[in-house]
Amino acid sequence: MAKGLIGKKLGMTQVFVDNDRLVPVTVVEAGPCVVTQIRTKDRDGYSAVQLGFGDISKDKLNKPQAGHFKSAKTDDGKKHMAEITIENEEDFELGQTLTADSFEEGEKAVITGVSKGKGFQGVIKRWGFSGGPGGHGSHFHRSPGAIGACATPSKVMKGKKLPGRLGNDRVTVKNLEIVKVDADKNILLIKGCVPGARGGLLLIKGI
Amino acid sequence: MQRVTAIDSEQIRNDLPDFGPGDTVKVHYKVIEGNRERVQIFQGVVLRRKGDGVRETFTVRKITFGVGVEKIIPVNSPKIAKLEVVSKGKVRRAKLYYLRGKVGKKARIKEKRT
Repeated sequence: MAKGLIGKKLGMTQVFVDNDRLVPVTVVEAGPCVVTQIRTKDRDGYSAVQLGFGDISKDKLNKPQAGHFKSAKTDDGKKHMAEITIENEEDFELGQTLTADSFEEGEKAVITGVSKGKGFQGVIKRWGFSGGPGGHGSHFHRSPGAIGACATPSKVMKGKKLPGRLGNDRVTVKNLEIVKVDADKNILLIKGCVPGARGGLLLIKGI
Repeated sequence: MQRVTAIDSEQIRNDLPDFGPGDTVKVHYKVIEGNRERVQIFQGVVLRRKGDGVRETFTVRKITFGVGVEKIIPVNSPKIAKLEVVSKGKVRRAKLYYLRGKVGKKARIKEKRT
């Protein structure tokens, strides 16, 4: 994965492609991102670039942060940071700006985001249990049922699927097609849906 | 959200005439056969318009050899070469599904006089 951007999910719509196919797309504001640090094999043991996205005023930075952005030659601070592993350290330089046109139309991408939080949910929604019958005198509807045997092993096995918090997880979706690139507006149109709510932060990587 | 609606409005076609349920329209629809592209004309009564924005579609119904044929077409489809309104219909509802069960004289629609 030699390229990547940090972006923001704006919402979903549909576009016409190939003159008549109406395709569902997610509108993503991707970049511009600034290279704020380069990790080298000699010094850090791995090759990566640290990207910054979203401006933040200098007054809001503390001194270590201000120093970090100063060495990266960016005028403002950056709100969000992420690291992308790269193959060639020479391709990037500090302060370099990466925009949406680093991706091409028709290309596949890997997108990481934080899924929508669903709160405390039962086993049917959380694990896909089938539940019990609705009527005919049944009192067993949406509960998990038996969760193990009795005296042996006399405990609930680790990893047993039970109710609990659902969503708000880091989710990665692979092989998402990029339908359109609008470099002037920093917008990528990605086929299908991506994890998270509108306004959520996304990490877009090339394959 | 504004930037999403901007993408929508780029694709919306403003060159088509006003038409609605009850109108008889002639749709010049581009059909691709192998490598060749030709224009097919589909004439019939508009049963409904459904959805809004880019996703809006309309249904055209006609009777061919005694069989009712309906075509659902996206209003903003680039495949519509031309759309002509043959006659305006005078109808009292937005969805003319009742036409499906009627044949001959009962399936007529009064023309709107202007």
